[in-house]
Amino acid sequence: MRLGKVVGTVVATQKDPKLTGNKLLVIREMQLDGSLKEDFSVAVDTVGAGVGECVLVCAGSSARLARNLQDCPVDAAVIGIVDTVEHDGKVVFKK
Amino acid sequence: MKLAKVIGSVVSTIKNDTLRGAKLLLVQPLNLQQQPTGRAAVAVDTVDAGVGDIVLVVEEGRAARERFGATSPVRSVIVGVVDKVDVRAVENHDGTRTV
Amino acid sequence: MELGRVVGKVVCTVKDPKLHGIRLLLVEPLNHRLQAVAAPFVAADSVGAGRGEIVYYETAREAPFAFPTVQPPIDAAIIGIVDTVQ
Repeated sequence: MRLGKVVGTVVATQKDPKLTGNKLLVIREMQLDGSLKEDFSVAVDTVGAGVGECVLVCAGSSARLARNLQDCPVDAAVIGIVDTVEHDGKVVFKK
Repeated sequence: MKLAKVIGSVVSTIKNDTLRGAKLLLVQPLNLQQQPTGRAAVAVDTVDAGVGDIVLVVEEGRAARERFGATSPVRSVIVGVVDKVDVRAVENHDGTRTV
Repeated sequence: MELGRVVGKVVCTVKDPKLHGIRLLLVEPLNHRLQAVAAPFVAADSVGAGRGEIVYYETAREAPFAFPTVQPPIDAAIIGIVDTVQ
């Protein structure tokens, strides 16, 4: 999984019916020094995350195993809201 | 999922059997500023998207296999037409803000 | 499967119900000389690995099988601790 920061939302009315009711978040990957990568992806929120939060993103087919995403055509899901990240014995992120 | 702009369509007569009847669109990936980035690709449309639309593209084979059959050799599927992308500036660790 | 080193951990209180009780570790990918080759990522621990340990992990659709009864939504799982690499 990758650490990411929620930087926005996507609204799509005309979509696959199985996606109805799911919140789509714009995520930028967060590096351990807290900086954000330029690239972004859109992930389905399954935990109630909001803009500005640091989250855990599951990519690929496994994303479908997240809550309520069974049989949904998705390739990325937000599966956790990060409280802390510890790297080399130091806390590098704290909510 | 990725955001992309539909910049054209692809017509093909000779194609994989599972794609019979499928609509193929040419999609240009976008960055957060909604500018083109990287190379345009071909994706199967499942939501009646059209040229000029910004769409949500899933890169995951099972989505295609559910729609086009278990042996469909496709990974890129358009699953939504985007109405709005709302990107906010967020606070970084060091107090600076990024858009 | 690939080699990695456990370099930290991630704590989430709010998470997918299937992730409850599963430890999330930061893993740095290694080559066969045990040199870091990429930035660390987050993997679910199925073997009780600790910080500094050399492990091997599996990614993508196979990762959930490290927890066969739960099948959590994960794209990377630590599935063994390395004793020696020759």
